[in-house]
Amino acid sequence: MHLAYPAVLSALLFCTGLYGVLARRNAILVLMSVEIMLNAVNLNLVAFDVWLSRTAQETLHSGQALTLFTITIAAAEIGIGLAIVLAVYRNRGTSDIDKLRDTAEGPDPEGPGTPAAEKAEASA
Amino acid sequence: MNLAAAAPLADAAHAPHGFLSPTGVEIAFLLVGLATLGAALVTVTTRQLVHAALWLVVALGGLAVEYLLLTAEFIAWVQVLIYVGSVVVLLLFGLMLTRAPIGRSPDADSGNRWAALAVAIASAVALVWVVVDAFRTTWIDLDGPAAGSTRVTGASLFRHWVLPFEALSVLLLAALVGAIVLSRKAKADTAPGPSADLDVPGEKEGAR
Repeated sequence: MHLAYPAVLSALLFCTGLYGVLARRNAILVLMSVEIMLNAVNLNLVAFDVWLSRTAQETLHSGQALTLFTITIAAAEIGIGLAIVLAVYRNRGTSDIDKLRDTAEGPDPEGPGTPAAEKAEASA
Repeated sequence: MNLAAAAPLADAAHAPHGFLSPTGVEIAFLLVGLATLGAALVTVTTRQLVHAALWLVVALGGLAVEYLLLTAEFIAWVQVLIYVGSVVVLLLFGLMLTRAPIGRSPDADSGNRWAALAVAIASAVALVWVVVDAFRTTWIDLDGPAAGSTRVTGASLFRHWVLPFEALSVLLLAALVGAIVLSRKAKADTAPGPSADLDVPGEKEGAR
């Protein structure tokens, strides 16, 4: 198989995930896009591992081991990420990342209309 | 690359690497790849949140098929078990617990959508150009014993990668405990739901 097929597919999947991370508002949709990006990297790792294990007689299988590690870390990441999103939702009543601007610098687009949230943030 | 070792089960079109005569594996890879990419595109563009999670299942399942085509069997089944089995279920539970709207939500995309599209297209063009230019004359040899069967993967994992494997188990344990602590704290004080943001100070006090 031509190596360009999996490489191009993983590049396109990565850019799809990149678009999702930048363009989505819901935090859970952003997490889904991060999963797509991680999977694109996994496909790259697997393809290059298969290529190297034949071409260079590489017996370490580092690509597949790293893919397993990436999958595990992605599972941990999605657990922690969802726990954080749920905690934010319980505190703020929203999971819209465009509205979570407490640490934003510059002029606040919502004006001084959110003193309660800032007070809560200051008391934390 | 070695033609003498060609097994009779190898397809005949393999021997001279025809640039414009794809083998059966390549055609299958291309078709499944198109389905995967389309599902991923729908996942990041649809306005129905639950549909996004369900299209993510299609994309991740398609990637599992791609792993099978690349003879990485163990990775493919791990992908099906962990991603399709548990990560998507976790995401669906997250959508339900944050009361995601069923049906179309008009504000699924943020205002910087066109900037995001420009960034994504620019990086896609750059990456595809570089990758195609770099690996134009490189072929994967898929014949012979599978490069990623459970036996091979297990042997390499427990011969060369034991220490990272154990460290990873500790990391997974830490992540589990962290997730439990993060979600238990919020649930302990009052009734969950959007009304829980009324008594913020006491809750924040417990978080310290």
